[in-house]
Amino acid sequence: MVRSPRRSAALLLFAVPALALYGGFFLLPAVQGLRYATTDWDGYSPTFDEVGLSNLTEVVSDDDLFRNALTNNLKFLLVVVAGQTLLALLLAVLLAARSRSSTVLRALFFLPTVLSSVSVAFIWKFVYDPNFGPANTLLGAVGLDSLKASYLGDDGAAIFWVAVAQIWFHAGQMMVVYIAGINQIPEELYDAAKTDGAGKWQQFRHVTWPMVAPATTLVIAYTTLQSFKAFDLILGLAGNPPRSGLDVLATRIYSTFANSQLGYAAAESIVFMVAIALVTWLQNRAGKVAHG
Amino acid sequence: MIRRAVLGVYALLIIVPLVVIAGGSLKTTRDLFADPFGLPTNPTLANYSTVLTDQNLLLVVRNSVTVVAVSVPVTLLLGSLVAFAVARLPRWPSRLLFGVFALGLAVPAQAIMIPQYVQFERLGLRDSLTGLILVNIVVTLPVAVFILAGFMRTLPGELYEAAEIDGAGPWASFWRIAVPVSLPSLAATAIFLVVMHWNDLLYPLLFIDDPGKRTLPLALLDFQGEYLTEYPLLFTGVVVASLPMVLAYAFLQRHFVAGITAGAVKG
Repeated sequence: MVRSPRRSAALLLFAVPALALYGGFFLLPAVQGLRYATTDWDGYSPTFDEVGLSNLTEVVSDDDLFRNALTNNLKFLLVVVAGQTLLALLLAVLLAARSRSSTVLRALFFLPTVLSSVSVAFIWKFVYDPNFGPANTLLGAVGLDSLKASYLGDDGAAIFWVAVAQIWFHAGQMMVVYIAGINQIPEELYDAAKTDGAGKWQQFRHVTWPMVAPATTLVIAYTTLQSFKAFDLILGLAGNPPRSGLDVLATRIYSTFANSQLGYAAAESIVFMVAIALVTWLQNRAGKVAHG
Repeated sequence: MIRRAVLGVYALLIIVPLVVIAGGSLKTTRDLFADPFGLPTNPTLANYSTVLTDQNLLLVVRNSVTVVAVSVPVTLLLGSLVAFAVARLPRWPSRLLFGVFALGLAVPAQAIMIPQYVQFERLGLRDSLTGLILVNIVVTLPVAVFILAGFMRTLPGELYEAAEIDGAGPWASFWRIAVPVSLPSLAATAIFLVVMHWNDLLYPLLFIDDPGKRTLPLALLDFQGEYLTEYPLLFTGVVVASLPMVLAYAFLQRHFVAGITAGAVKG
């Protein structure tokens, strides 16, 4: 290989424009965020006071709004991760074999992914409309009036209904990840299982499920991050600012900031990052335990 | 049997809402509530003319197109230059360069939007399409680098060396070898970026105050406050915002799946 310092220097020049923009407008603000978090700056006054770590301690230990958003976010996360992963796996198993109909259905199931979150929010806002929405209309039509609900109007359950919309939005995307994983499983493994007399369920249990473990890890990790980032969908469904039953961490940070508490919002952003890192770390640990 | 039932039900769950939206944009509110699932019996374009005039939607579409048309090619170019350097540099400089960008993958936009707001405000870049384009570029650069470097790294070194032995410098081997060979990966990345930038709400909401500079998702969010439960108008907005992506998806389906999935797996 041609390895000369001059060549390396030339190659580094290739990265300079990107590094300058990314360093200046991504990394630098990320560091400045740490600085703002120790102040009581409102975002526009010329002066502010240093408050040290008091913002951070308040966010962590003495902020009901933040705790409420964290709880909602975790509920949302659990439902979306479990629901989306299982649904994506189910659809992938049913559609992994190549055929004309499976190609069409894969394309259809993936379609919601290309819509904007606000569009998806409006679709579901209508579905959930307690008076005119299709959900209650259909329940009424089949005589299940007792199951009619107020959906987003029910503060305790609203976050779960948003989770359903999120699953509809992205399950097709995760299905594709699973299909790629399933297609990599050698056919011989299934042949061997069949020779041993394994039925469909046992083939899934002993061949497919262990072999798609890497895909499962990927799907869960991605869905987790996605659940923390659910901002557009919540604002589209709940309005801005969202009611307390639909407030999640990202919307809480935005509302704090919009409320002229810039320093405090910066502190919330730090706790937000730490929460993501913590959940991701716990998942990695759990994954290692589960896979030996 | 069960397979057919499951797939059939899920297919309906996707198709029915989309048909209701598209049909609903051609109905009056009263007709929609009377029969949400049926095809429009008295189709009307009144909703379209309302959103086009009241919301100045053509201008909004133009803003969205402008943002995507500039930010996507620039992100692609900058990202592929970095990816090429990552693929061709010796081990440690390559890892370091890649690591710097990989760092950005772990930081969600919501965690840095506030200091970015302050910075763009100070530089006079807030409330401008230029600022929006700039922030799109920096926020999606890490994913672009990740996808493109992942691809360029798998190309055999001999491919580049053949060109370099003939006296071509890195610049020539980037344009003559790396770019043409990486076209599938560039296409996938481009589609991922188009979908991200076209659909983003966070930064327009944070940066844009002037109604004349709104992009589609932001204008759509404003609909919600103004039209409340006038669903046909909301649906019309959804159709206008979604149709370009849905049509592009219909024609470039394979690339969409490859691009969005690569972005997801990496991002």
